[in-house]
Amino acid sequence: MRETPLSNCERQFLVQAIAEKKRLDGRQTYDYRNIKITFGTDYGCCIVDLGKTRVLAQISCELVAPKMNRPTEGILFFNLELSQMASPAFEPGRQSELVVKLNRLVERCLRNSKCIDTESLCVVSGEKVWQIRVDLHLLNHDGNIMDAASIAAITALCHFRRPDVSIQGEDVTVYTPEERDPVPLSIHHMPICVSFSFFQQGTYLLVDPSEREERVMDGLLVIAMNKHREICTIQSSGGIMLLKDQVLRCSKIASVKVTEISELIQKALENDKKVRKEGGKFGFAESMPNQRITAYKMEVAPVDTDDIGKKAEDLISNTEPPSEIIPSPVVRAPGTGQIGEGLQNSWGLDENEDGEEAEDQTMEEELQTMDVKVKSVNKEDPIVLSDSEEEDVVVLEPKIMKKEVKVQASSTAASKKKKKKKPAH
Amino acid sequence: MATFSTAERKRRPHGDRKSSEMTLHLKQTFEAAILTQLYPRSQIDIYVQILQADGGNYSSCVNAATLAVVDAGIPLRDYVCACSAGFVEDTPLVDLSHVEESSGGTQLSLALLPKAEHLALVEMDARLHQDHLEGLMDAATRACKDLHAVLDRVVREHLQEVSTQLGE
Repeated sequence: MRETPLSNCERQFLVQAIAEKKRLDGRQTYDYRNIKITFGTDYGCCIVDLGKTRVLAQISCELVAPKMNRPTEGILFFNLELSQMASPAFEPGRQSELVVKLNRLVERCLRNSKCIDTESLCVVSGEKVWQIRVDLHLLNHDGNIMDAASIAAITALCHFRRPDVSIQGEDVTVYTPEERDPVPLSIHHMPICVSFSFFQQGTYLLVDPSEREERVMDGLLVIAMNKHREICTIQSSGGIMLLKDQVLRCSKIASVKVTEISELIQKALENDKKVRKEGGKFGFAESMPNQRITAYKMEVAPVDTDDIGKKAEDLISNTEPPSEIIPSPVVRAPGTGQIGEGLQNSWGLDENEDGEEAEDQTMEEELQTMDVKVKSVNKEDPIVLSDSEEEDVVVLEPKIMKKEVKVQASSTAASKKKKKKKPAH
Repeated sequence: MATFSTAERKRRPHGDRKSSEMTLHLKQTFEAAILTQLYPRSQIDIYVQILQADGGNYSSCVNAATLAVVDAGIPLRDYVCACSAGFVEDTPLVDLSHVEESSGGTQLSLALLPKAEHLALVEMDARLHQDHLEGLMDAATRACKDLHAVLDRVVREHLQEVSTQLGE
C-alpha cells in the first residue's frame, strides 16, 4: 500500500516547529526517545524499543566450513528485514532501496569495525568454524530504524551464548547446553549508531528523528561509535551538502549519546544475568505485565508553558468582548418560543454567486488593510445566535480579521461574507 | 563492476548488496550536484562500468561520472571530486589502493564540491578515533581539491581541441 503523502501544511508545520527548536513529542533537539531493552528466554534474543520503533534481534550459530581465503576466521552473517507489520508502506518485494541501505549500514557497522573476534570462532582451521547469524526484524516503524537495529544487534550479540567446544587431537566435541554451560562470544567493543537528521539545507539538526520528522528531512547522517570514542562508521545519505564542521560537531554529540546508551545496555545485560542466576523468571512473557491494560501507553510529554500567561494576555487584549446576547426568547405563538432571529437562506443564491465571489476577494483585501473599519462594520451586524455549542470563536491571526467571527453551525462562509457586505453597502 | 575487474572473478556482478549500495551512493551524490530543476519530468541515466578495480572504486566512479556529465552539457553546481583516504599508523594516506584497503585499516570516501567545500557524501568504514577524524577529512579535502585542478585542466584542454577541430 502506498504511503499516504504528507500534506503541505503538515510539512510546513513540522519545519517551522523545528526552526523554533520544538519537536512534536516535546523532546529537545538532542534528546533520544525512551529506550527499552528486553530479552527472551533463549540466549541471543532481544527486543529493543526506541520510542515506538521496535526491533527484534535473534542470534543463532552453526558449524560450517570457512571461506576459502579466510580459513581461520568465523563467518558473520547479518540480515535485516522490514516486516510488513512495521508500516503499511512495507510490502513484500518493495522497499528494496531502504532495505539495502539499512543492511549495508548494519554490516559495515558491525563487521568492518571488527567488534567481534572472528578468530575465536574458529574450531578447526580450514574445516570447521562457527557461523554467527544475526537476524533483525523491524516490528514497528516510528522513525530511526538504524539506531534501534544497531542497539538490538549488539545487545543480542553480547547476550548470546554459543555451545562449548573441545578439541582433543582430531576429535571435536560439541557440548549441548545441558552438558556444559554455553560460552559467550568475545566482543571487543560495542558500536552504536546515532542518526542525525538535517533540515533546511543543513541549518537545523535533530537527533533520533521520529517518522514524521524523517519524512520532512533533507538528509540523514549516521555515525556509529563505541564508548571509547572510536568512530566505526559514518554515512551521509539523502543528497544534502554538509560542511566539515557539521560532521565534526555531530561526532561530538554522538560520543555523548553513545556513552549513555552503552550504560543502558550494560545495565540491561546485568539485570538479565542476575535474574537468570537467581532462578527468577525471565523472558518476554515475564517482561510484559499481567493484569494491566497496556495497549497504548502514552508517555508523559513535557509541555512548554513558559510564556503561556503572556500569550494568553496578548490574545485577550487583541480580541473584543463578546457582543450583546439577546436574553429573552420571543414567543410567537403559544407553545413555541424563538431564540434568535434565524439564519439567512444560503440556498438559491446561485445567480449572485459569481459576482459575490469577486466581491469576496476585494473584501478580503480590504479586510487586511482596514482593520479598524471592519470592526465598526461588525458592530452593526445583526447578532444571530444558533443553538450550536460552538461559542464565539476567536480568530488567532489578528492581521487578517481583527474581530470575532461567529461560527454558525449551518451557515456557510459565503453567507457570512454576504452578511458583512450588507451593512457596508 | 565487470566480472574481470577484481583479482578473483566476480561471480555475480549485478544485484548484490555492495553494488546496490554503490549505486545508491552515486545517485545521492549526483542528485545533490546536478541542477535537476532545470529538467522537469525527465530522467538522467548515468551508467558506470568498472573495468579494473584497484581501490577507490566509488571515487573513480564519481570522477568519471562528473566528467561525463560535463561533457554531456548538463549543468552542475560544481565539479564533484571524490577521493578516498585512510589512516595507517597515525598517518593519513590519500587514494588507497586495493592492498591498502583490504589491510583492514580505516577508509574514508569523500565526495566534495570544491568551491564551497560542500560534502555531497561522507562514508567511512572501520575504527578511527574521534580525534583523528578532522585530520583525515582535511587530507581528503585537499586531495579532492587537487583532483579538481586536474579535472578542470582536462576539460579545458578537451574543449580547446574540440573547438579547433570544429573550426576547421
